Amino acid sequence: MAVTEQNLPSPSQERPIGFGRLKRKEDARFIRGKGNYLDDIRLPGMVHGVMLRSPYAHAKIVSIDTSKALAHPGVAAVITAKDLETLGLAWMPTISYDTQAVLAGDKVRFQGQEVAFVIATDEYVARDALPLIDVEYEPLPAIVNARKALDPDAPLIRDDKEGQTDNLASPLWEAGDEEATDRVFAEADVVVKRDIIYPRCHPAPLETCGMIADFNPKTGQLDIYNGNQAPHAHRTVYAHVAGLAEHMIRIRCNDIGGGFGNKVPIYPGYVCAIAGSIVAGVPVKWIEDRSENLMSTGFARDYVMSAEMCAKDGRITGLRVDVIADHGAFDSTAQPTKFPAGFFHIVCGSYDLQASHVKVKAVYTNKAPGGVAYRCSFRITEAVYLVERMVNALALEMGVDQVELRMRSFIAPEQFPYETTTGWTYDSGNYATTMKVAMDMAGYEDLLSEQAEKRAKGELMGIGVSFFTEGVGAGPRKHMDILGLAMNDGADLRVHPSGKAVVSISAQTQGQGHETTFAQIVAEELGIPPENVEVRHGDTDKSPYGLGTYGSRSTPVSGAAVAVVSRKVRDKARQIAATMLETRPEDLAWEKGRWYVKGDREKGVLIEEIAERAYSGEPMPTGMEGGLDAQVIYDPPNLTYPYGAYIAVVDIDPETAYVRVRRFIAVDDCGVRINPMIVEGQIHGGLAEGVGIALMEVITFDEEGNCLNGSFMDYLIPTALECPDFELGETVTPCPHHPLGAKGVGESPNVGSPPAIVNAVIDALHKTHGVTHIDMPCSPARVWAAMQGRPEPPQ
Amino acid sequence: MQTPAPCDYERATSVEGAIASLQRVGSSARIIAGGHSLIPMMKLRLATPEHLIDINDLHELSYITDHGTEIRIGALTRHVELLTSELLKSKLPVFADAEEVIADPVVRNRGTIGGSLCQADPAEDLSSVCSALKATVVLKGPDGERTVPLSEFHVGPFMTVVADAEILTEVRIPVKPGAGSAHEKVERRAGDFAIAAASAAVWIDGGTIADAGIALSAVGPKPIEVTRAEELLKGKSPSEELFEQAGQIASEDCMPAADGRGPIDYKRHLAAVLTKRALRRACARALHQEA
Amino acid sequence: MELTITINGQPVTRDVEPRQLLVHYIRDTPGLTGTHWGCDTSNCGACVVLMDGQPVKSCTTLAAMAVGHEIETVESLEQDGRLDPIQQGFHELHALHCGFCTPGMLMTTRALLNENPNPTEAEIRTAISGGICRCTGYKNIVAAVRWAAEHQPATTTQEV
Repeated sequence: MAVTEQNLPSPSQERPIGFGRLKRKEDARFIRGKGNYLDDIRLPGMVHGVMLRSPYAHAKIVSIDTSKALAHPGVAAVITAKDLETLGLAWMPTISYDTQAVLAGDKVRFQGQEVAFVIATDEYVARDALPLIDVEYEPLPAIVNARKALDPDAPLIRDDKEGQTDNLASPLWEAGDEEATDRVFAEADVVVKRDIIYPRCHPAPLETCGMIADFNPKTGQLDIYNGNQAPHAHRTVYAHVAGLAEHMIRIRCNDIGGGFGNKVPIYPGYVCAIAGSIVAGVPVKWIEDRSENLMSTGFARDYVMSAEMCAKDGRITGLRVDVIADHGAFDSTAQPTKFPAGFFHIVCGSYDLQASHVKVKAVYTNKAPGGVAYRCSFRITEAVYLVERMVNALALEMGVDQVELRMRSFIAPEQFPYETTTGWTYDSGNYATTMKVAMDMAGYEDLLSEQAEKRAKGELMGIGVSFFTEGVGAGPRKHMDILGLAMNDGADLRVHPSGKAVVSISAQTQGQGHETTFAQIVAEELGIPPENVEVRHGDTDKSPYGLGTYGSRSTPVSGAAVAVVSRKVRDKARQIAATMLETRPEDLAWEKGRWYVKGDREKGVLIEEIAERAYSGEPMPTGMEGGLDAQVIYDPPNLTYPYGAYIAVVDIDPETAYVRVRRFIAVDDCGVRINPMIVEGQIHGGLAEGVGIALMEVITFDEEGNCLNGSFMDYLIPTALECPDFELGETVTPCPHHPLGAKGVGESPNVGSPPAIVNAVIDALHKTHGVTHIDMPCSPARVWAAMQGRPEPPQ
Repeated sequence: MQTPAPCDYERATSVEGAIASLQRVGSSARIIAGGHSLIPMMKLRLATPEHLIDINDLHELSYITDHGTEIRIGALTRHVELLTSELLKSKLPVFADAEEVIADPVVRNRGTIGGSLCQADPAEDLSSVCSALKATVVLKGPDGERTVPLSEFHVGPFMTVVADAEILTEVRIPVKPGAGSAHEKVERRAGDFAIAAASAAVWIDGGTIADAGIALSAVGPKPIEVTRAEELLKGKSPSEELFEQAGQIASEDCMPAADGRGPIDYKRHLAAVLTKRALRRACARALHQEA
Repeated sequence: MELTITINGQPVTRDVEPRQLLVHYIRDTPGLTGTHWGCDTSNCGACVVLMDGQPVKSCTTLAAMAVGHEIETVESLEQDGRLDPIQQGFHELHALHCGFCTPGMLMTTRALLNENPNPTEAEIRTAISGGICRCTGYKNIVAAVRWAAEHQPATTTQEV
């Protein structure tokens, strides 16, 4: 029966067809506890793998004796580096063209490094076997301070690499113009200098990393279940590394309990599970515990930065930054190939600088590998933290209000598209407007009065501002690749005879609501209600090739792909409609869900009727194939540039130095918002992470390289009691090149919030205690030390 | 997830039965009540008891009763019960203060006062609460019962005088007129152990402090009883200056170690601040000047 | 040892080691993988179930300790095809993203509403402070609980 206008569900605020606050389709299973996460999957004959890890940060491995473990009842196998060598899997490539040990053979290079893999009937038994493995270590001195990693007497960590004579992981990378910057500084009225650290922290998604590998020796098919953010890229790597046929590998991601960049890399546990399954011929499940997650998987940040910023005639004119990046024991940072420091050079910020110069080099240390993760937009979190802290430092020095200095120095609307001093082209923006919206929402003047009154009574209150411009949605083929793979994403749209549709995408959700928002894009473009659009993802057999979800790529890249593919379908529908209405395609006009004859609104056909026609035996337009579907691989023409103005209000107990974030105002401009409810949710979550990073999240080490924050007792994540009731505002400046005008927002809140909070802490303590700098985390002990005039870097 | 090593399990049906099992099995047996100290340690394999004796069915150990000059709390009383007890709120408000900041509401449904005291984590709050209140505990063993004052109960970190075959069954707290008490704590985040905490109890008679109890958590290998400050307060009228002086003594007499929560000087500083604040509130309550 | 534990009103019998944790006992029961785990140190709350109506961390409870008690998991909330108001509230107010902490949050807040049908924002934040959510920033979870408080019992037929 044809769907007619009479029985189409009528769109409403509650159930928009297209953009709007549509409630999520994926909720249905999650609120019932029917999600399908990695540890929920049980396969017949499945065995469990558990990893033995190094207690030492740096040590030679003298011997490994697995005999007692092998003899333990229930243990099927114990794999060491020697076993993997025979398969050519003892080392694996990283995204940064380095190599990483899958299991340590000669040496261990960080505490928690993988040494042996026990496979047993269940996890309890496998863990019983771990202490039965006898490893003899010869401890070596460890390097945990990135600043000391290149000292002449520093122990050499990567003696496995031919020609490596020091701990340099990535040579000096520069952006900007050193000479021009020197000139600008020489002419400046004011210069401030700061050493600013963005400490090591960790994305710590609530679900840890894991994999089930199921190799069928008869067919050669490798089935993998794995929560990972880039399934197609992983499949390509496994094919290369394990010598398996790529088309015989299927990765299914199902439901993922959070990613935040932690589930981008390939981990040794994955390779061991695959190797185990290939050798044993049964499914092998490996799922790490929380301490393994914190101690060995992809951490975030760890940038040791030294910066100067200058001003002339009251405006910011120049910036120079020198960075030592701590990459840990192996370089497994994930960023586009030609960008070893990611997009850090966006550190020029939202300001009309005359010149800037950026230098970044990376070192190895005896710590877990990683660095690019935790909603960082490829190091933009580090960049914005630096520039926004420096702007406030400059404002303090100049005796100018922190908002005022920004307003004077912003890139003006008429200057867009704006080429920055480090080679970025920001395409659009109206910064002052967004900043004013934030100020109005915060009641900025009232806050200043309140602060003054409180100060007179000995109460400490701080107001901190941050304004960010970031670049997301990587990225154009001509500029970027990861491991030689183009950062493009695909979309396949198939409309069935009933008028219902399936759209398959490359993006991989870990909670961002793709099943809803991508259905909304199709709904917006084609008028098919979102409940009739099924979004398929997470299965490499059923989704088009793409580079996955991180760096806020979903909306800018996959979202664009879905819009473009929907328009292709709509165009085809137009041709078919013209045949059905016996007119020419150019005589038709579109209203959501329907092509009609221009000037004769009653004469039209619904998309559902067109779909039915496309599969029927009725004539199609000359030369056109039947069916109603299309395929697209989208190559973004540029990044998108979301921006925002954030204001944090903190209260600090003058005696205990405990910091409470009382209010947080966030005004984001992420262009057109497909589902404002989901956009706001993403912002809330990122702001909470910012509270955590600013106040309590840190991974530190002692001098011997022992990790001091290897559990949730010491890696502290904010609860509902530490997070304020976030206040959100918006401005909408559509992205000029994105088909929907959307920019993406997932990482903006994490980018913009830590500097706002730290600026607020300094603001609270500046006049009363002379504090001009503090490093994160702003724990009570560290804030107190700053109040005593002794701000210390972490670790 | 990390998992415990193999062990045996029995469900105790009486206190005597639990004691008999402890005696029979020996030092590799452990009592388990709330389990929220023991089970995490077992999962991390920092504790590997071979035999667990579950006492959660021993409801006769769960009570908060008013005996006039004494309040008696059964060892199996849960944190949430201590938090919500009207009797404790009116007579010993220090308990509600502490319970609001002990662990989190879900853990408080299971953890017990007996378990907390016997775990003897140097940063655990109820130890300083009971010390400040001059409480005594009742230990029952194969040879009968004995009482031990809190001042003699803790030996060192995670170590108490409870013998292998003994069970802590009750906490007894003296109740005297003119009482006020309070607990102050600073933590890095809700649910965390204290960076430092101070419990204060005062008994005010005719406007002067007749007796005082001040004890600190998390700034020594066991709770620090600041007896020097207690002596200072006796016979004096409450005043800000007095509280400051007591705080100063607290910061001198505590023995903090540097760790992830804070360095030594900050912990000493907190000892002073929190002692002052706890005394201020305790006195205000004794004088009925604060809710 | 053979245990029989009442889960969602049904006796579940299995032979397990004494050391088996309640969270694993539940998750090994067909259809009951809604209770999750996320840490090793009883901090994250992903494993929260109700024991005799009170939220407890099932990763910090031995299965053996649950014998003789009523265990309720997230799967018990929907009755005869009708969602519990707390489930509906989470859906209405977008109080979940990845869904991993959600069962623990649902059980904790269900118990809160049972005891305190009209909680303030502060009371809600305190009640859920034993759980961690990495995705939502908690604001919408608080709003969802308020919605459920105002919509007890469920008056709408399920939408999801």
